[in-house]
Amino acid sequence: MVRLFGPLVGLFFAVALLWSFGNGAYTAIKEPAAETAEHAFHLLPKDIKFASDGAFGKFDKAQLQRGFQVYKEVCSTCHSLKHVAFRDLAALGYSEAEVKAIAKQWGAKQPTFDVKSGERGERDNIASDHFPTVYYAGQGVPPDLSLITKARHDGGAYVASLLTGYQEQPAELLKKFPDAKTPDGLYYNPYFANLNLSMPAPIAGDGQVTYSDGTKATVDQMATDVSAFLIWTAEPKLDKRKQTGWAVLGFLLVATVLAYLAKKNIWADKH
Amino acid sequence: MRVRGGSRQGISMADEASIDTLGVTGEGVRRRDFINIAAVSFAGVGGAAVILPLVSQMAPSADVLAQSSTEIDISAIQAGQAIKAVFRKQPVFIRNLKPEEIKAADDIDASTLRDPQTLEERTKEGKTNWLITMGVCTHLGCVPLGAGEGEVKGEFGGYFCPCHGSHYDTAARIRKGPAPKNLEVPEYSFISDTVVKIG
Amino acid sequence: MSYTWAQEYKPGNGLTQWLDEKLPLPRFVFNAVGAGYPVPRNLNYMWNFGVLAGFCLVLQIVTGVILAMHYAANAGVAFDSVEHIMRDVNWGWMMRYAHANGASAFFVVVYLHIFRGFFYSSYKAPREMIWLLGVTIFLLMMATAFMGYVLPWGQMSFWGAKVITGLFGAIPLVGEPIQIWLLGGFAPDNAALNRFFSLHFLLPFVIAGVIILHIWALHIPGSSNPTGVEVKTESDTVPFHPYYTAKDGFGLGIFLLIYCAILFFAPNALGHPDNYIPANPLSTPAHIVPEWYFYPFYAILRAFTYDFFFIPAKLMGVLAMFGSILVWFFLPWLDTSPVRSGHYRPLFRKFFWFGLIPTMAVLFYCGGAPAAEPYVMISQLASIYYFAHFLIILPLVSSIEKPEPLPFSITEGVLGKDESAVLNAQPTAA
Ligand code: HEM
Ligand code: FES
Repeated sequence: MVRLFGPLVGLFFAVALLWSFGNGAYTAIKEPAAETAEHAFHLLPKDIKFASDGAFGKFDKAQLQRGFQVYKEVCSTCHSLKHVAFRDLAALGYSEAEVKAIAKQWGAKQPTFDVKSGERGERDNIASDHFPTVYYAGQGVPPDLSLITKARHDGGAYVASLLTGYQEQPAELLKKFPDAKTPDGLYYNPYFANLNLSMPAPIAGDGQVTYSDGTKATVDQMATDVSAFLIWTAEPKLDKRKQTGWAVLGFLLVATVLAYLAKKNIWADKH
Repeated sequence: MRVRGGSRQGISMADEASIDTLGVTGEGVRRRDFINIAAVSFAGVGGAAVILPLVSQMAPSADVLAQSSTEIDISAIQAGQAIKAVFRKQPVFIRNLKPEEIKAADDIDASTLRDPQTLEERTKEGKTNWLITMGVCTHLGCVPLGAGEGEVKGEFGGYFCPCHGSHYDTAARIRKGPAPKNLEVPEYSFISDTVVKIG
Repeated sequence: MSYTWAQEYKPGNGLTQWLDEKLPLPRFVFNAVGAGYPVPRNLNYMWNFGVLAGFCLVLQIVTGVILAMHYAANAGVAFDSVEHIMRDVNWGWMMRYAHANGASAFFVVVYLHIFRGFFYSSYKAPREMIWLLGVTIFLLMMATAFMGYVLPWGQMSFWGAKVITGLFGAIPLVGEPIQIWLLGGFAPDNAALNRFFSLHFLLPFVIAGVIILHIWALHIPGSSNPTGVEVKTESDTVPFHPYYTAKDGFGLGIFLLIYCAILFFAPNALGHPDNYIPANPLSTPAHIVPEWYFYPFYAILRAFTYDFFFIPAKLMGVLAMFGSILVWFFLPWLDTSPVRSGHYRPLFRKFFWFGLIPTMAVLFYCGGAPAAEPYVMISQLASIYYFAHFLIILPLVSSIEKPEPLPFSITEGVLGKDESAVLNAQPTAA
């Protein structure tokens, strides 16, 4: 039975597939898929290196603090950081008192609700709070940034490229795709998946922030610093993970060599 | 892999050859035995090391530990009243004692009590009227009555735990019933006259 | 059943003696994976993957039970609870990465285990039942992994749930009600998330049960081996312990090295960035694909792009996708060659290495590629070969192929002719 029906079923699927294949091939030749502006002009992230890259990479705390400063002064008006708590900032090298002060002075406040009076209010942030929600009335929905570098391919480099990638729409693009003109209120950026986004270039010029450690705040420097910070917010346990990893691999390597030798011993007379 | 001292049945003929070198013969351990033992030991150590994260993951997480202090406004508590606040997800009783209640607490010779402590020892200097304790019965952890408006305060005018009948006095000391200790006084400090920070 | 020369369990002391009389668990283990189980002496490293698959199941259950202690199956907080695990729970990041990559490792190991079966025709009599149970385990694993992937409630979780339950919508007439019933709503939400969590927790234990049956069925004929010649005499076998425990121990070491390298240094390499975006029912990611281990079947699903007579393309795709795994159930009866091992089957071997393996590679690649040309056309060709291989080529090859001469026995295969002649065993047809 199986040997009778098997080949029949096989033929059935094969013919149905051939039918799809033939139709598909025909359409592909008759009406080849049109090239799109996104496909032709989208760019992969620039090759930007971070201290935390690679198996031996570690966060550069000074850079993370600078990146946090950029986030605070530039990004935080529109983007929240809801998975991160103020207390987590201690990992960037801030003291407990500094963390408390940062929380207390943070612009956006924690909402409160008085169950008796039904009144809504606000209170200052404390260290154990997560970064508060940010409300944004303008065009588009600024995403939460806690995980942004893990939510995009090549996240750190992507964010840095996006921040430094704003430019005029190339004339060549408009010539080839006249319909693809950047709509009003959007900004052209070839690193963004569909080329136009509603965030204007947030880092507009050198010196937009003043670094307390004296680092020169060029546009590239600020973009890289804030991206490094966002790599940290997405994976705060990165350093610990790699450290643990090396210990585990070292142990396993020795254990595996021993297991191999033991196996050889035991099999010695059987081969 | 064969472990020293294991049952002989588990060992193939091929391995029989190495058995005569068991430590008892005094020859010491042969190299090939040594490797087998080392390999098994490594597996054991690895297995044991894995237990560590498996156990510690159940301990309080960073966010739970971070909530270990609360600040409470006590300005609205009149003498003779108490409020329940929350500290580490447990009730805290903050009670503004009336002079009679302070007197009742002081009239007793503390050394005769089950858990000898004076009201002074259980409050901050100059603020003996502010009795701040955990609202957790030291018997088995129920929340005693007496802090809320109109709740029974027990035979000694403090707190009464209905679970198994523990009576606490106006200094929240155990006076009668199964509880072994006075209601615990958490770590706290006055940030100002009207705000206490617990934890 | 076991071979007459299998070692017998002898309790060593009073306690084991007592236990042996009341509940002979040590005896059971001794006979199952101890010295009491004689195994062909010539197993190669492809035979390591069974034990490794068992290890992966244990790994998933241990890490899974731990994740379940911290995870909250509610659409409002599921995503946040996973981040809570990653950030605040002690070692939580390690547990989560161990579980997510553990699923991948499990599939790698099981695929190798299955393809070992294909090449050495491990499914043939008298081992059909082992094979049937094995394919059942694979199906249960797919269901488990799919539902697990929904739990973090990211974009891929949500759209994966929607698309996969949508497959049932392809069933004529009752399809749509079935989909709504499966989800407990019109789109994935709390009801779906909760039932997926419940079943994701349950199924691994069902898998553990089927694995026990799988091993039970294995112990009836005993393990197969690379020559495909059945065991004849004691010299063909070695006791499982210490020989294969040692070999599996070494295999486990290699496995753990690779697994841990990924876990600690590239834990997101096998995942999709989109799943770090919280589920958004109003916006589909540009490019939705399942986890990598489903790629070949996803490629087959997407290969049907045109209605075939009265059968809608969608239904064809679903039939073919399920069919592509169900054919495995029929392998013992499709491949009728009396010879098992691919080593002695010249034609079969060619189709295996130059047909099936490249086809699977292509399907793996195309399943993860965007649903656009040329990938669709390539998957169509590969899918044709896939079905033809199992349903047409295998039956044909088994009837026309002239197998190469088999060794007389396993021992001869290992040690050469002379020595085994001394053994003086009765020749039997393989
Ligand atoms: C056959 C064994 C199993 C497989 C193949 C499997 C697979 C998966 C997969 C692919 C995920 C998504 C991982 C991610 O991307 O985050 C997942 C998540 C999860 N699994 Fe499992 N799992 C198994 C067993 C279990 C068991 C036995 C439990 C509980 C008893 C469990 C509990 C969980 C939980 C709570 C999550 C959500 C947390 C998370 O997403 O990281 N799993 N599982
Ligand atoms: S718990 Fe309060 S008396 Fe037992």
